[in-house]
Amino acid sequence: MESVSSPLRCFGECHTAEKYTDDGVETVTSVEQRKVERSIQEVVSVYKQIHSLPQPTLLRDQHYQYLKKGLRHLSDAYECLDASRPWLCYWILHSLELLEEPVPTAIASDVCKFLAQCQSPTGGFAGGPCQAAHLAPTYAAVNALCIIGTQEAYNIIDREKLLSFLFSVKQPDGSFVMHIGGEVDVRSTYCAASVASLTNIMTPTLFQDTPTWIVSCQNWEGGLGGVPGLEAHGGYTFCGMAALVILGKEHMLDLKSLLRWVASRQMRYEGGFQGRCNKLVDGCYSFWQAGLLPLLHRALFKGGDSTLSLQKWMFEQQALQEYILLCCQNPAGGLLDKPGKSRDFYHTCYCLSGLSVAQHFGNMDLHHELIVGREENRLAPSHPVYNICPEKVAQAIQHFHQLPVPHEGEAPNRLS
Amino acid sequence: MRGGARKGSKKSPKLIMKTRSVICFTALPSLSPSRLCSYKRDRKEWADLEPVPQDDGPNPVVKIAYSDKFTDVYDYFRALLKNDEKSDRAFTLTAEAIELNAANYTVWHYRRVLLQALEKDLREEMRYITAIIEDQPKNYQVWHHRRMVVEWLNDPSEELEFIAEILSQDAKNYHAWQHRQWVLKEYKLWDSELEYVEQLLEEDVRNNSAWNQRHYVISHTTGYSDPSILNREVQYSLKQIKKAPHNESVWNYLKGILQDRGLSSHPGLLEQILELKETHCSPYLLGFLVDIYEDSLENTSGDQVEVLSKALELCELLAQERDTIRREYWSYVGRSLQTKYCSGDPSTTSSAPETDRGSASVSVHQETTCNS
Repeated sequence: MESVSSPLRCFGECHTAEKYTDDGVETVTSVEQRKVERSIQEVVSVYKQIHSLPQPTLLRDQHYQYLKKGLRHLSDAYECLDASRPWLCYWILHSLELLEEPVPTAIASDVCKFLAQCQSPTGGFAGGPCQAAHLAPTYAAVNALCIIGTQEAYNIIDREKLLSFLFSVKQPDGSFVMHIGGEVDVRSTYCAASVASLTNIMTPTLFQDTPTWIVSCQNWEGGLGGVPGLEAHGGYTFCGMAALVILGKEHMLDLKSLLRWVASRQMRYEGGFQGRCNKLVDGCYSFWQAGLLPLLHRALFKGGDSTLSLQKWMFEQQALQEYILLCCQNPAGGLLDKPGKSRDFYHTCYCLSGLSVAQHFGNMDLHHELIVGREENRLAPSHPVYNICPEKVAQAIQHFHQLPVPHEGEAPNRLS
Repeated sequence: MRGGARKGSKKSPKLIMKTRSVICFTALPSLSPSRLCSYKRDRKEWADLEPVPQDDGPNPVVKIAYSDKFTDVYDYFRALLKNDEKSDRAFTLTAEAIELNAANYTVWHYRRVLLQALEKDLREEMRYITAIIEDQPKNYQVWHHRRMVVEWLNDPSEELEFIAEILSQDAKNYHAWQHRQWVLKEYKLWDSELEYVEQLLEEDVRNNSAWNQRHYVISHTTGYSDPSILNREVQYSLKQIKKAPHNESVWNYLKGILQDRGLSSHPGLLEQILELKETHCSPYLLGFLVDIYEDSLENTSGDQVEVLSKALELCELLAQERDTIRREYWSYVGRSLQTKYCSGDPSTTSSAPETDRGSASVSVHQETTCNS
């Protein structure tokens, strides 16, 4: 285990040279990029002045208080997420599990009962009680229940109805709409594959043609877009790749060009990741983008690659940790996109998830840790496909594999 | 994954301020504050309907402190949904519910059901959705709704101009580009798109969405097979590179359009790049050279010791000096090349046959260790 208590990359003399070169041609892109770099420089400079010894600290207590409160109460500022409440459960519970803070039994049970209220009578979970089922809150609800991991939690899920919901949103070309009458994009395949694999409801035809459809989202850049033809984007790329890993078809992608694309998304100055080429750094891509590297590592290894590192992911782990710890923490708790932005539970979840990826290298039997700052910054490792802790994944799979796969009584395809 | 994991609809709480209802403030000025907001619960037009409070369960979690207005509107929305009421008052209420939370996909779906059941004026709906998108252009539901209305009307005539307007405010809005690609393909409106792309690239040569659109248009029209088209694109790219050598988008585009045919097969390209290296060097140029050399190793038979050596030298330069943030990546590329094309074993220059698109496996053909 390595603990980096000495040189921070962002304090190095070469760091300033990594700033954006605009070649004397100013455009909106370069102007915005330079603004962000200036704000990062400011943060780093302030940090240098305050701290004689660079020991970036994860504000555990503050984050814990923020999360603990949010799990119960949210201000009216969260009305915009009234159709995403299972997400709030997942973002908060996952953040707590990364911080290795236990969820009290009572509240865990309350979450179960609430998610039961979000379950649709026709299967799947909705953004809130009395709303329509949607693949995104379905993914979030199942993940949240698996994090809780009690029998009560597992029993909430109506597997038969969930399967029929998945069939009801399946399209002839292999894709899935997010909800009845809703839009198609690659997120849906990840949400569907995740819940189906965890709850053991995968049938022979459920994901027919899905891998081919996902692969058609890989573009000239090497990453994946939301639908075929669109610009490569970190969130969609993660969803597509993770879905293919679940389906055992990751080799259908051009892994080399995907690797080149994602490696190129790490910002040389900020250390964090951008979502798309020539766009700005954002803390949440610490997971969506950096999280691709463990998946790629595993895929390449499976393909027979003997030149992979045995200690490190193919991104700058230290730089990412520095970005998150120095630039993405709200002193009052919670994490965020970049300096100047507000905290929220989504960014808290994905900044912490990215921090965990950057701290833990694991490959079958190997585990190598690189903790920037104090040892207390160490987070729990997370499963690179599901983004919940690996023990919870194993436990859920073990539980649901004792149950039979529901009968493939397919609902007729409803397109709108 | 912006827009949800990739999110479900995730939005910074700060942005919610925009969607706060302004319908409260349509009341007459003489009314007292308590009557400024026209709660449904107070109106006789709604007296026949019993509002349905939200049932979060016994001990709620992630409980949002809804405003009174929000609670009121949604209590009635749930009542309408429960009764499957298809009326004008229901239709009007969906607009209020949307104003309070434009990400509520259940409300949008219901609105669409009502649009059809009540045979509402779709032209008016276009005006409505235009205004909503202008106000909240980074929301999934609004764009999907617009697509449905355009489909029902079978009229894309306003689309390209509207999307261009949205893109003029944010030239990289992902939803806008998605909608635009759908319109172009569905209605075959390709004629002026390349021109539009060039205009955007003129404004910001670093707009990666525009480069993607360039690829999209050409792929769906002329294609890249015609050598004169391919050459035009290569020349266009080189021109943009000379203007702004550190623009990653154009380097990716150049690689993207040439890689299927093999980078090393394009006549004179290597020479042009080596020339540019003197005056317009960048980590992207160096990476591009690695790609050309790698392609040459892959597709040229015979002794490639020199090429391998140059490729490895560049990987080392990138890893140690010019692109250190990607040190682990460039080191890996170097090791892979070394393992695959190690000099001294001619049989290793051919790669394993590919049956799927792309090949994940880097086959190790020999056990001997290689000199670098």
